[in-house]
Amino acid sequence: MGALLQVSGLSKHFGGFTALDGVSLEIAEGERFGLIGPNGSGKTTLINCIAGSLYNEQGSIAFRGEEVSRLPAYQRVRRGIARSFQLPRPFKSMSVLENLIVPLEYVVHLNDADSRQEALRLLRAIGLADKAEAPSSRLSQVELRKLELARAMAARPRLLISDEAMAGLSGSEVDEVLKILFDLNAQGITIIMIEHIMQAVMRFSQRVVCLDAGKIIAEGTPQTIVQNGDVQRAYLGA
Amino acid sequence: MRFWISAALALALAVAAAFTVKNAYFFFAGYVVLQFVVLATAWNILGGYAGYVNFGTGAFFGIGAYTAVLLVKSLGLPLGVQIAAAALVGAALGFGVGLLTLRLRGIFFSIATVAVAIILQTVIFNWRYLGGATGVQLLRPEVTPPFDNYIKMLFVVGTLLAIVAVAVARYVETSWVGRGLRAIRDSEEAAECTGVPTLRLKLLACVVSGALMSAAGAPLPMYQSFVEPDSAFSLNYSVSALAMPIIGGTAHWFGPVIGAVLLGTVQQLVTVTISSELNVLVVGVLLVLFVVAAPEGIVGLTRRLWARFFK
Repeated sequence: MGALLQVSGLSKHFGGFTALDGVSLEIAEGERFGLIGPNGSGKTTLINCIAGSLYNEQGSIAFRGEEVSRLPAYQRVRRGIARSFQLPRPFKSMSVLENLIVPLEYVVHLNDADSRQEALRLLRAIGLADKAEAPSSRLSQVELRKLELARAMAARPRLLISDEAMAGLSGSEVDEVLKILFDLNAQGITIIMIEHIMQAVMRFSQRVVCLDAGKIIAEGTPQTIVQNGDVQRAYLGA
Repeated sequence: MRFWISAALALALAVAAAFTVKNAYFFFAGYVVLQFVVLATAWNILGGYAGYVNFGTGAFFGIGAYTAVLLVKSLGLPLGVQIAAAALVGAALGFGVGLLTLRLRGIFFSIATVAVAIILQTVIFNWRYLGGATGVQLLRPEVTPPFDNYIKMLFVVGTLLAIVAVAVARYVETSWVGRGLRAIRDSEEAAECTGVPTLRLKLLACVVSGALMSAAGAPLPMYQSFVEPDSAFSLNYSVSALAMPIIGGTAHWFGPVIGAVLLGTVQQLVTVTISSELNVLVVGVLLVLFVVAAPEGIVGLTRRLWARFFK
């Protein structure tokens, strides 16, 4: 398996605060990758830099061998990097279906009729088909998370970054979202999962990286990460 | 198709009125209302669809008026050319202002657009050839065949401009551009991450909106046969162009049209019957009322009531 995403020496500062400090990682095609770390450790900053919502100051980001770190976010999603947002950001003036039509029109370049069909297909797959015509402002939390994932999927990504898609969901809802992510991965989509719900990350990921204060402090299989002393200290502050 | 039939009908009505209605004031007031239809519709492309509140309508309108003055004074060019040139200048201004300000969001963008109006007004203030602060007097041709009066001709031209503006806005709204702009208004970051080239779309909206606003300003010097910077760049245009779509409803192209016709007519009535000072108050009061009671404007309110009582 070749590297789909190669991040090297990534740094990002906000004023005097160092959010990312020389982060390097490689993600293989088809991998299920978990990103963990305590609050404020730089997880979201890292994926903002990868997806293009923020520009890194030092380092490089190569996606399928191409340097993308200077590209705006809309160019990166066209190359295959899609993301969901930690706090769902639906296009609330639009119906659920229309939310998906945006990426289908702008990234996949489908015409109106085709994009409607494709949006419906995606909604069926994720279990939101009955809400297709509902205004997205009227969805429940779990439905909003699903919409976030469906909208990211509509861009037909090779890499899907799921930013805390399960935060605040109940146990059965977590299972539901996990199943969706497993299914997507089975279709060949590489997934980066950022999650606070340890059980979910551990069950899902093949490999986990732990960030603390903008640096990678541990990397390995879920089992080795849980037993890692640095990780335990980072989380428990011991 | 229905839209174009209605548009043709509106134009035919305007022409028919020009040949039958005798009261000259009707055309004088009607032109102002039409001018506001263009301004409100143009404002809504950036302000309503994309959610970028432009407070600089006066800048675009004024620069359109002065482009016309420059062309008349230097080359004596006809009205059609003045309007086309004003639209080009407005588009260029929209592009420039957009590049400089569209990276700002929310209130910061709005403040920047106010600054543009002040800067441009200052430039005209100090441009002697265009009359400077005292303004410039222009001779209006009395008669322009087939119309027996210049204002009647302007009334028909105004109708045409309004139709063009509404057609452009309607196209923007219903095309992929409109969906992208709405995505930007709802969440700019999510829009960008779903493939919408946000800066480009905003620039496009700013250019189109600016072109229409400046085109609306081009006939002003001849309409008044006099123009001076204070009134051409007046903040009143900015406020009205923003209030009308909000009162009519920003989500649909018909909103600004209703808002402009309604508010424009009320303003004219108040100006004639009470005072010209009071009409600004009318705008303010209506704006507050609608923002509080019906934030989706008349179009949204009607839809809601319709859904409640007839479905």
